[in-house]
Amino acid sequence: MCFYFIGNTPPVSLPLVTENMPSNISIQVSGLARHFGNKTALNDVSFDVAKGELFGFIGPDGAGKTTLFRILTSLLLPDAGSATVEGLDVVKDYKKLREILGYMPGRFSLYQDLSVEENLRFFAGIFRTTPEANYDLVKDIYSQIEPFRKRKAGKLSGGMKQKLALSCALIHKPEVLVLDEPTTGVDAVSRIEFWEMLARLRSSGITIVVSTPYMDEASRCDRVALIQNGGIMSIDTPAAIRKNFGRALWAVKADDAYRLLADLRRFKAGRSAFPFGEYIHLVPDDERLKPAEIESYLQALGHSHISVRQIEPSIEDCFMEMMKDSE
Amino acid sequence: MPIIEVENLVKKFGHFVANDHLTFSVDEGEIYGFLGANGAGKTTAMKILCGLSSPTSGKVKVAGYDVYRQSEMIKKRIGYMSQRFSLFDDLSVWENFQFFGGIYGLTAAQIRQRTTELLGRLGLEGEKKQLLGSLPLGWKQKLAFSVAIIHKPSIVFLDEPTGGVDPITRRQFWEIIYETASQGITVFVTTHYMDEAEYCQRVSIMADGRIVALDTPSNLKAQYQVNNIEEVFLRIARN
Repeated sequence: MCFYFIGNTPPVSLPLVTENMPSNISIQVSGLARHFGNKTALNDVSFDVAKGELFGFIGPDGAGKTTLFRILTSLLLPDAGSATVEGLDVVKDYKKLREILGYMPGRFSLYQDLSVEENLRFFAGIFRTTPEANYDLVKDIYSQIEPFRKRKAGKLSGGMKQKLALSCALIHKPEVLVLDEPTTGVDAVSRIEFWEMLARLRSSGITIVVSTPYMDEASRCDRVALIQNGGIMSIDTPAAIRKNFGRALWAVKADDAYRLLADLRRFKAGRSAFPFGEYIHLVPDDERLKPAEIESYLQALGHSHISVRQIEPSIEDCFMEMMKDSE
Repeated sequence: MPIIEVENLVKKFGHFVANDHLTFSVDEGEIYGFLGANGAGKTTAMKILCGLSSPTSGKVKVAGYDVYRQSEMIKKRIGYMSQRFSLFDDLSVWENFQFFGGIYGLTAAQIRQRTTELLGRLGLEGEKKQLLGSLPLGWKQKLAFSVAIIHKPSIVFLDEPTGGVDPITRRQFWEIIYETASQGITVFVTTHYMDEAEYCQRVSIMADGRIVALDTPSNLKAQYQVNNIEEVFLRIARN
């Protein structure tokens, strides 16, 4: 595992190294752009992923995650820029590239009318191998659905489909695994289990690139790119992104949450106020603002059971602050 | 006053019991969160409440109508919005409102008035001639919600309305939900975002076809002695 970026500023635009490429780089992307008609899906995207890294793209629907992944997996051509995976160019070397990639698309794409084991055998066969040859790699995941191996894939529950899709993406022992929103529409418990599976896979040395709209999943990644409107807002470790929030943050609570939100929005020393579960997160304009000032402002407006405490920002706080900045 | 009354609802598919003696009620103007793991039986129950499927047994009344005999009346009194079924991309914003208003039997004048009112609230009057497909996802979701309440239903069912939506729009969406509930429209909502569960007045959590917990978010947290609903959910779903 290498975090060779830690402590450095995020690479906004890296020079593309074609010769003497450092052996610890798995994916290198430079100036990538893609349009659909007059819509810009990706705009000047550059980043790289180290070998063995678990790298996350965090952003809402329409941010450009799927377009980026389809380019990385050679399923879509970029309009500009370049991308290599394990030294293979996504445009020129697509045949070789597909041999070393495992790809799990956002939409369930296995054969619904083949059984669980037939699907696995089919995908192994495409890559001229067998489920038995690489069973060790998928055992952890596949063993959970093996009791249903005779069941048609179309008849599986959502969680089981997801496990089968991951097994099929892994069965040819890829060097790089690309997972497009594997946890979307999945409940909170299954999401945690899925990330535990990814953590175990990562320890086997495979490079994993994964996208998600759930901001709380960022902490499971070695590094993340926050992506919005086709551009990367920030690339760093989750800890560094939180550290770079650069503003004070207060969690405020009172009995009437709805009125509290409206009042905090009108608070002249406030920059933004957004609900986060039972609290409202208040970012003050001036970080020297004291909790007593917030409390007395709310008391004067008749709020009861007021609680104000300073907290560390989550990735979601950071994402929203960056969205505000880019407006 | 309860607007949804469910007593011992059972729904079986062959030998499989998808809903196992559900009993709960939802009050008029309440924001009710309907939570549960995938496969717990939420969709089955929602379909019954919307009049799209009949229970195997039990008593279910929605907006005062019986689901066995008056499902067509129920469909007129409810609105429905999901992340998957949205509006028509190749119609303009205005045409989408006209189309759905027409389905619900509103007159041209009523449609005009409601559309102006709802678009005004979203600040999207300027976009009414735009094709829906050309708009950002967050706007589409807000418009889909507005269309779901164009006929002023008694209840609006929201099935994962904020899935994949950016974090700021997701919160704006909840402000619209609050505003809608304050006008007396009951909101019945499912979500996988556990922070959103905290915005509901009451939530129920389903597991294996049964309702295992039902209370206000703060009572549930106190009962399970945890700090947030996500932990309540994990406790329940992992047992």
